[in-house]
Amino acid sequence: MDNREVLVDIKNLRTFFYTEDGVVPAVDGIDLTIHRGEVVGLVGESGCGKSVTALSILRLIPNPPGKIIGGEIFFHGQDLLKKNEEEMRMIRGDKISMIFQEPMTSLNPVYTIGDQISEAITLHQKIDGAESKKRTIEMIHLVGIPEPERRFSQYPHEMSGGMRQRVMIAMALSSNPELLISDEATTALDVTIQAQILDLMRGLQKKLGMAILIITHNLAVVAEMAETISIAYAGKIVESASAKETFKSPRHPYTYGLLQSIPKFTEKKTNEPLPAIEGMVPSPYHMPKGCRFNPRCPFATEKCREEEPEILELTPGHLVRCFYPIES
Amino acid sequence: MATRLVEVQNLKKWFPIKGGVFATTVASVRAVDEVSFFIDQGETLSLVGESGSGKTTTGRTMLKLLQPTSGKIIYKGKDITNLTPNQMRPLRRNMQIMFQDPYGSLNPRMPVGDIIQEPLDVHSIGTRKERRQAVATMMETVGLRPEYEKRYPHEFSGGQRQRIGVARALVINPELLVLDEPISALDVSIQSQIINLLQELQQRLNLTYLFIAHDLAVVRHMSDRVAVMYLGKIVETADNDELFDHPLHPYTQALLSAVPVPDPEVKRERIILQGDVPSPVNPPSGCHFRTRCPYAMPICKEQEPLVIEVAPGHTVACHLLTKK
Amino acid sequence: MAEKVIEAKKKGQKKSSEDYTYVGMVFHRLTRHKLAMVGAFMLIFILLFVFVGPLVWRANPNEQIEGLEGMFNVPSRAHPMGTDDYGRDVLARMFFGGRISLFIGFISAITSTLIGALVGLVAGYYGGWADDLLMRFTDAMLSIPTFPLLIALASVLGKGVWQIILVIVIFGWMVDARLVRGLVLSLKEQEYVEAAHAIGASANRIMWRHLFPNTLAVLIVSTTIGIGGAIIYEASISFLGFGVQAPFASWGNMLQNAQQFIWNSPRLIIYPGLAIFMTVLGFNFFGDGLRDAIDPKLKL
Repeated sequence: MDNREVLVDIKNLRTFFYTEDGVVPAVDGIDLTIHRGEVVGLVGESGCGKSVTALSILRLIPNPPGKIIGGEIFFHGQDLLKKNEEEMRMIRGDKISMIFQEPMTSLNPVYTIGDQISEAITLHQKIDGAESKKRTIEMIHLVGIPEPERRFSQYPHEMSGGMRQRVMIAMALSSNPELLISDEATTALDVTIQAQILDLMRGLQKKLGMAILIITHNLAVVAEMAETISIAYAGKIVESASAKETFKSPRHPYTYGLLQSIPKFTEKKTNEPLPAIEGMVPSPYHMPKGCRFNPRCPFATEKCREEEPEILELTPGHLVRCFYPIES
Repeated sequence: MATRLVEVQNLKKWFPIKGGVFATTVASVRAVDEVSFFIDQGETLSLVGESGSGKTTTGRTMLKLLQPTSGKIIYKGKDITNLTPNQMRPLRRNMQIMFQDPYGSLNPRMPVGDIIQEPLDVHSIGTRKERRQAVATMMETVGLRPEYEKRYPHEFSGGQRQRIGVARALVINPELLVLDEPISALDVSIQSQIINLLQELQQRLNLTYLFIAHDLAVVRHMSDRVAVMYLGKIVETADNDELFDHPLHPYTQALLSAVPVPDPEVKRERIILQGDVPSPVNPPSGCHFRTRCPYAMPICKEQEPLVIEVAPGHTVACHLLTKK
Repeated sequence: MAEKVIEAKKKGQKKSSEDYTYVGMVFHRLTRHKLAMVGAFMLIFILLFVFVGPLVWRANPNEQIEGLEGMFNVPSRAHPMGTDDYGRDVLARMFFGGRISLFIGFISAITSTLIGALVGLVAGYYGGWADDLLMRFTDAMLSIPTFPLLIALASVLGKGVWQIILVIVIFGWMVDARLVRGLVLSLKEQEYVEAAHAIGASANRIMWRHLFPNTLAVLIVSTTIGIGGAIIYEASISFLGFGVQAPFASWGNMLQNAQQFIWNSPRLIIYPGLAIFMTVLGFNFFGDGLRDAIDPKLKL
């Protein structure tokens, strides 16, 4: 049992998108808990709802066509979905920060990175001028960018992808947030740069004590970084457990299938085909009846095709949404 | 004794940067900077590297989609380096490419049946009826329903579009297939399906693959041999197991140590490289890797390390090993 | 294929999109596009007006009624659209003027678009000296002052509908050339073009099978805009001795001529003006629909 204070508690979140072609149930009943200082991984493939969940926390869902139609997101016990825009703005970038996949598009190309980081600082900490510049240079240094004074006046295009991501992290951490949301922040980076950034994030997490929600499709990244992992599929959480449990004894057929199907870096080449999961992620406009994974599940029965399973706690801390979870 | 299908010798591909009033060449992007390798029939050689390594450019230049700046490309014993596009055309039946981007690599205004049929049309193979039949067969082979031949690319998912790409590449029975990051843009669960498909096709059709990728786990699964590239040069080449078990070049070592593993209990001994990849316009003198190498020596600045064979089939370009 | 269609018809089923030929599919999609159908009806109406009209209302468009009483008559049984400043029957002039204007407008717009597209395609695809040569030529044509060139051409070419079309095309193709060249430059970088190279496709095949279809959307719009422009342009060069000469009518010259009579008889402006307006609008709507119909990504 986790003794730390509960920081974020998402209960039955439902965020739908109303498009010309139909309704997309992007997030359809997601529960997620993040404790103070905890590193939580939210893993899934396209269409699983992970990014939409993150945007929902910060109430950044574009409306139209998106809408949070149900559930609660408790932050320090207060429901974020009941707050107004002014209150949310105080939280965004200050108490809860987010970094994205493409630093080039998240950074404004016509302002120096120093200016952009300072802006974040000035906005939330009510300091400016020399004071904020000092703090900015501290941040640039904190994220491991050499020669911070020189870099202050550089533009995003003068920096590499890895550097830009560090700048994003500097901006996100400048106000010492309680929660950092990282949405595929290392996906577009080379593997050696990714290693640097993950290293940086781990170090900063220890130093500053913030919680991190790591959103990714990369199981290896989440194995390295997260304490607790939630697996999302087609808008729902299908499994949630400690990192060790998730990888050692996956109970949901999807999790199990995924882990089986990825090529193992540490294993010698055999000429055996990979045990791949058949089929494709369902179209959001045509969700299957019953369990959303049933068309691809090798163990599906008639019940799975008719009814949707509820989420159950199989062992303490290990939740699974399946009628026939795999034996551990 | 394996037959050598393709051999590349000292291949260079430099892209000129023009500047000044008269648009003279002021500098060059040295994308591929004297690269040599070979691929035997039926095997899979993987070319790995990060951004700026030149692996994609190497693949394309090998197929003469880009004209080499210098060096030689030898296909089945024949020097094809300086063949004109017209002379290359019949050879293109034997060497094909599959692209990374499932969205950009298919003409959005052509039905997929026509896309797959195009190689047959271009080379005037078979009658109209035979071509349509070949397309249908190919679609089934790659796991697509032949009834979908009149549909357009946007009606298919990313994974299906990659299958269309494979079908197009293989419909004329090539011997050599360059696979340019064919699965990077796909979902994890679909990647495995496509990997299986590629391997099955290779066995069935006796194909030779040049597999360009940055995902080392996939490379380990698929390759017979691996060549590691950095800033336009091949720094190490070895058999699959040999490379992963005994990497000799410092860059290879750092690269392999950086790969995250889906096992939370494994503690990785990371070799963290300092700094960023230098610009290919102005690579460091001597060994291109010296600015980030934990073992850099004075000689690395002055002399470019030669490629030497350290063990059978295992070549490295590094002064650390030349000393021995 | 044919058996499938017959079978479907027998069973009374709807055909799936996969059963159509390409032209059939485009047609089918067009009929479902509201704007295209509005445009089509407008054009059909105009075409009926100019071609069937004279069979119904027989009057001589050039016959003048002598005397002041013949001028500027209000619409009546004898002259449903009234008469103009020469006492000529406006309705009849609208018929015949329409035929000429539509013909000139359509043919010159399509021709200049096709020529421009060809130049742009070749320049954009080949690049290098071919591109330089063609584009400098295009630039030169664009910079030549039209007036002196028109005068020179007038003396050489003489009068006639084909000469008018030629002139409009000479001055019109450059815009499309630059448009298409720019588009081709970016299309060329698409991976599917590279794929075509890899297959061994010839330059011709790549240009016409891969690049050209992806420029059609732009070309269709350019043509529809060009038609209206051509109709007006024909009128504006009439004073140089080009264009349709008096006493023959074109909508363009009727419009131009009527400007001086705006207080006497505003309807003389309204009729040709409205006709040109409807024509241009009809082509634009239909053109938009056609552009959408050939785009497979658009659901219709």
